[in-house]
Amino acid sequence: MSARDRILARLRAAQPAPTDAKALADLLAAGVLLGEPGGEDSLADRIASFRAAMTASHGEVHDATEANWPDLVAQLCAAKGIPRLLVGQNTPHGVRLAAANHPGLEFWAGALPGKPGNSKAEHREAAAWKERLFHHTPASLTQARGAIAETGSLVLWPDAREPRTLSLVPPIHFVLLPVAQIHRSFHGLLRKEGWGTATVLPTNALLVSGPSKTADIQQTLAYGAHGPKELIVLLVHPAPQSGDQR
Amino acid sequence: MTDTSSHAAPLAFLSPEAFQARARAVVENPALQGSFRGAMDFLMQKRAAQFPHSDQLEELRTLSEAIRQHALSRLPDLLEQLEDRLTRNGIQVHWAETPAEANAILLKLCAEAGAKRVVKGKSMVSEEIEFNHACAAAGVDALETDMGEYIVQLAGEKPSHIIMPAIHKTKEDIARLFAEKLPGVGYTENVDELIRIGREVLREKFLEADVGLSGVNFAVAETGTLCLVENEGNGRMCTTVPAVHIAVTGIEKVVEKLEHVAPLYRILTRSATGQPVSTYFNMISGPRRPGEQDGPEEVHLVLVDNGRSQAYADSQLQRTLQCIRCGACMNHCPVYTRIGGHAYGTTYPGPIGKIVSPHMLGLHATRVLPTASTLCGACGEVCPVRIPIPDILLRLRGENQGAAPLPAPQEHRHPLPEAGSGRKPLERLAFGTWAFIYSRPVLYRSFLWLASRLRQLTPRHQGGWTDHRVPLKPATRTLRDRLRERSAR
Repeated sequence: MSARDRILARLRAAQPAPTDAKALADLLAAGVLLGEPGGEDSLADRIASFRAAMTASHGEVHDATEANWPDLVAQLCAAKGIPRLLVGQNTPHGVRLAAANHPGLEFWAGALPGKPGNSKAEHREAAAWKERLFHHTPASLTQARGAIAETGSLVLWPDAREPRTLSLVPPIHFVLLPVAQIHRSFHGLLRKEGWGTATVLPTNALLVSGPSKTADIQQTLAYGAHGPKELIVLLVHPAPQSGDQR
Repeated sequence: MTDTSSHAAPLAFLSPEAFQARARAVVENPALQGSFRGAMDFLMQKRAAQFPHSDQLEELRTLSEAIRQHALSRLPDLLEQLEDRLTRNGIQVHWAETPAEANAILLKLCAEAGAKRVVKGKSMVSEEIEFNHACAAAGVDALETDMGEYIVQLAGEKPSHIIMPAIHKTKEDIARLFAEKLPGVGYTENVDELIRIGREVLREKFLEADVGLSGVNFAVAETGTLCLVENEGNGRMCTTVPAVHIAVTGIEKVVEKLEHVAPLYRILTRSATGQPVSTYFNMISGPRRPGEQDGPEEVHLVLVDNGRSQAYADSQLQRTLQCIRCGACMNHCPVYTRIGGHAYGTTYPGPIGKIVSPHMLGLHATRVLPTASTLCGACGEVCPVRIPIPDILLRLRGENQGAAPLPAPQEHRHPLPEAGSGRKPLERLAFGTWAFIYSRPVLYRSFLWLASRLRQLTPRHQGGWTDHRVPLKPATRTLRDRLRERSAR
C-alpha cells in the first residue's frame, strides 16, 4: 500500500456523514454577506468604491478614456521620469502605444528559462532576457480582465501575450482597467463568470490590490517588498469624458 | 551580494518539553513583553475595525465554518478529486504520511531539477516538517524569501507567529542583524531602507534559484487550483520565476469549489492582519502552457498527513482541521501575548498550536501545553471558522490524565495514543484524597474540624504559591459555622 492509499484508507474509515450541501448552497446564494447589497448597485457606485479601496491600499488611480489613455500614460511616464515601458507583444494596447510613438516603448521579447533539459543556446538566451527583465526594466503596462469594487482588487489574467512576470518584476506597474468590468465582489464575479467551470482558468489568475507591501518589521508598513513599488491604475471610461459615466 | 544563507546562524530544534523554562525567561524580559503586548493590541484593533457589525461577522463565520465542514465531511473524496483535476492540469501530486517522507519527496524533486538553491515562499507546513534542516543535511541551500521569515532565518530562529514570523523582533534588532550578517550593509533603523536591502538581496536569489517552494492556503478540488494569499510578492516570485514550483500543504486544506474560497479569503485576511484584502491572491492551475513565456515548466503538490488523519478520526478533534491559519487566536490569547511564540516550542504556537500539535508530536511531548491556558475563551470567540478551542483544550487535559471527560454518545470518539501522559502520582493522590473526603459528609465535617484546629501546622512553603504570596492557612472557624451562627441571630 502506498502512502496515498494508507492516508485515504484512514480518512475513509473515519469519514462522517456529509454535511447538507443544499444548506451551504443556500447560504452562499444569500450573497448579502459577501458585499453584495440586495438593492441596486450602479456602475458609478462600483467605480467610486473601487477608487476608494485601491487608493486606501496605496494604489494610484487616474481617469482616462478609450481615446486619451496613451497620452495619459506618456504624461505619467514623463512626470515620473520613467525611461522605458515594457508591454506584451501583439496586445491591442501595445499596438496603441506604438501608434502613439510612446517614448521608450519596449515589447516583451524572450522567455524565462525552463528546465536545464532545454538546449544550451536557448537557455543562455532566456537567462539574458531574465536578466534584462530583472535589472533593466523600470516599468510595465498590462491589461486587467476586470476588478472588484469592494476591495479595490484588479483581476489579472496572464497569458502567452502578457506573461506572469510582466506584472510582477518591474518596479512600476501600469494597469488599464475598462470601467465596465468592475464587479461588486469577488464572490459575485466567480459566480457570474463561472471560473474553472464555464470559464477556463489561466495558468495563474491573480487578484492584485495595491503595490507589494510588508509589515514584517515591527508592524511598520513598507511598500515595494518584492513586487512593484508603485501600482498605477488607469480607469478607462468608454465615453470621451469620465463625468458622463456617473 | 554573497550567499546569504551561509551567513545565517545555524538552525536549532526547539521542543515543547522546555515550555515552562522558556515561558519564564520571556515573562522576566520586560522589553520582549512590551513588543508582544504592542503588536497584539495593534492586531486586535485592526481586526475589530474590519468587523464593525457583529451580526455580519457572525453570518460570515457561520458560512466559513459550513464551508470547512462541508469539505472535511467529504475529505477523502475531495482529495481524490483534487488529485485527478491537478493531474489533468499538469500538476504532479505526491503524498506523504510523515515529515521524513515529505522531506524525502521534496529533496528528490530538488535533485531531479538539479537544484542547489531553493527559494521559499511562506509555508508553515515546510516548518512543520523541518524542511530547512533536511535541506541543510542534503547540501541544498533553502532560502526564506518572506521578509519576516528571511529575518528569522538570518537569526537562526523559527517564526514566533504564523502570520508575522518576526513579531518578536524590534527594528533595532533587525538593524543589528542585517549589519552583522549581510556584507556591505551598514546599521540603519529606517524600515523602508531595511526592506529595500532585503528586496535587493532576495531579487538576486529569485534570479538564480532552480526551484521555488510555497505553501497553499486553499486547494480547490473542482478546478485543480492552488490558492496563495500574500502581500509581498515573494510568493508570486517563488511560484513563477524558477523552472520548478513545488507546493507543500496539509491534507486538510482542500475545499470543494472555487466559489467556496471567496468567503474564506474574505474572513482570513480580516481575521489575520485586519486587512480587507491581501495585496496578492494567486490562483495557480498548472505549469507553463505551450506558447507561454514564463512560469515553471513543472508544478508539484506534496500533500502531507503528519497526524491530521489521527485528528480526523475523532469528531471533536476533527474540528481542529477546520483551521485556515489566520492566527487570530494567538493575537487574542492572554497567554500568547505574555510569552510569545517561541516559548511553546511547537511550529504552531498559541491556542491553535496547543490543539494541533498533539497530533503531530504526540500527547506526551505536548502534555504541558493545554495547561498554558486561562480558558478565558477568547480564542474560540474570534476563530473565523468557530473551532471550539477551549473545549478541545479541556478534552486534551482529560486525555493527558488518561480520562477524556464528557463522552457524547452520538459522537465518534477515538482514543489518543499516549493518553495519561500528563499524569503525576502526587497530584492524583492529592485530588483523589480531596474527592474522597469531600464527597462524604461525615469525613468532610471531621476534616474541617481538624483543619481549623491544626491550622498552625500548615507548611510555610506551599509550592509555587508562596513564591510571591503569603502562605494559605485554614480560617479559625469554618464558613459553615459562621453561616449557622448568622442565621441563628
